[in-house]
Amino acid sequence: MFDDLRELYQEVIFDHNRNPRNFRIIEQADRTVEGFNPLCGDRLTLYLTLTGDVITDASFQGSGCAISTASVSLMTDIVKGKTITDAERLFKQFHEMTTGKEEHINLEALGKLAVLAGVREYPARVKCATLAWHTLDAALKNEAQAISTE
Amino acid sequence: MTNFPIEKIRADFPILAEKIRNKPLVYLDNAASSQKPQVVIDSLVHVYTHEYANIHRGVHTLSVRATDKYEGAREKVKDFINAASSKEIIFVRGATEAINLVAQTFGKATIKAGDEIIITAMEHHSNIVPWQMLCAETGAVLKVAAMNLQGELIYAEFEALLNTKTKLVAITHMSNALGTINPVERIIAAAHAQNIPVLLDGAQAIPHMTVDVQALDCDFYVFSGHKLYAPSGIGILYGKQALLEAMPPYQGGGDMIKTVSFDKSTYAGLPHKFEAGTPSIADTIALGAAIDYLQSIGMDAIAAYEAELLAYATEQARKIPQLRIIGEAAEKGAILSFALDKIHPHDIGTMLDSLGIAIRAGHHCAMPVMDFYGVPATARASFAMYNTKEEIDVLMQGIKSLIEVFG
Repeated sequence: MFDDLRELYQEVIFDHNRNPRNFRIIEQADRTVEGFNPLCGDRLTLYLTLTGDVITDASFQGSGCAISTASVSLMTDIVKGKTITDAERLFKQFHEMTTGKEEHINLEALGKLAVLAGVREYPARVKCATLAWHTLDAALKNEAQAISTE
Repeated sequence: MTNFPIEKIRADFPILAEKIRNKPLVYLDNAASSQKPQVVIDSLVHVYTHEYANIHRGVHTLSVRATDKYEGAREKVKDFINAASSKEIIFVRGATEAINLVAQTFGKATIKAGDEIIITAMEHHSNIVPWQMLCAETGAVLKVAAMNLQGELIYAEFEALLNTKTKLVAITHMSNALGTINPVERIIAAAHAQNIPVLLDGAQAIPHMTVDVQALDCDFYVFSGHKLYAPSGIGILYGKQALLEAMPPYQGGGDMIKTVSFDKSTYAGLPHKFEAGTPSIADTIALGAAIDYLQSIGMDAIAAYEAELLAYATEQARKIPQLRIIGEAAEKGAILSFALDKIHPHDIGTMLDSLGIAIRAGHHCAMPVMDFYGVPATARASFAMYNTKEEIDVLMQGIKSLIEVFG
């Protein structure tokens, strides 16, 4: 019945929505940043542990739609073990994938995150996918204030 | 649904024949904005083809024609809500501007530090924020009358808020997020007993019922044209003449003056005192066409038909165990707000859209209502006179299917 939506709602997204990874609080987090999408009310809190310039742990709390939950779940998985510089590069590639010109997209570099490429076709849903990454960006830049997609 | 000319009405709205994602459009986002009948579309084309010029200015024929039509629309609005005089009908951009106008003129002139303004817990942001801004400027205090879990105003709590410091009650006639219709007659009587004026936000109520401002005895009534099957960009502030006359002007400019010199300007009388600048001429005339169209059907007939639609939708929704209706007031307009277990409204919105069904997913510009129910957002199906039981069946089938997909 929802054939048109297969690109957007891939099984991986349903899986992460049902069983979000890293859905916990890091009590001694080095960075804690809140992300908010006032358009839909999605809220998340991102926790990062840094060892030098390497992200050694990442987790989140909050509630959102399947796209935003899957996005933050996948993101917290993939950034673990990455340097701040690599994570920032990934943010830019992710942003390019969801909003940029097609020829700039590097799906290979994005790995598992490529399942979220479908949001490109749904402008109303792009922010659902990018909220997690904007929050990560703020956390990496150590901007303490809550960030908003608006 | 006896005798309601649903087939004819549907045929009058060309967009209802549109295919969305290769499916027939099922438009259930009427509380956000309603679709336009051909007569309204034709009216816009006719104005720009035969009747357009600026109003209240030229002696030339077209300006006179445009002015006649524009002022004619004011008469239609006056009759539609049964105002005592067309001087009491102020054209603005929409309900939001109307509320801001009252806050910035009536509010600033009469509300002082320590005074109180009463709203309810179910207001749209447009009936919260202008008062918060006024309170911040004047030192007045905003009081919020509570509601119960059904989404009904707790009348006793409202009444307990009325006191000698209360300078205005500003309350929604019908909630956009919940559908609740407030007991406005009782509210107005209680406020008037203490000489407190009442503003009704009629943005949601106006397309769904007969509104008689003299019978209600409200002091201000505001609504937007775009929810009333008319174009966006035109709305109405109704105010009792004595109140409007005592209020200072809103914006300064052309059309709102009597005389201007560099020493001093004098202001035009009602209603033009509040209508500075060139207004949305064609949209206003088209609002008149929308009102003619609605009166040809009859607001009471529309209300009766929509009540049947809402009853049917509610009955069908209750059969879906994972669905929770948000807002179950005894007095309710044709709005079905709901939440589904573990499925976010935005996912519901996208899924239904792929089936051609347009609903609203979000906070409906009523974040405090969302907080009250402990949800970030709801899905909302809002009905209009052109919707059918068959469309409600399509909606319910869509909801059942997406529950299955989400597992």
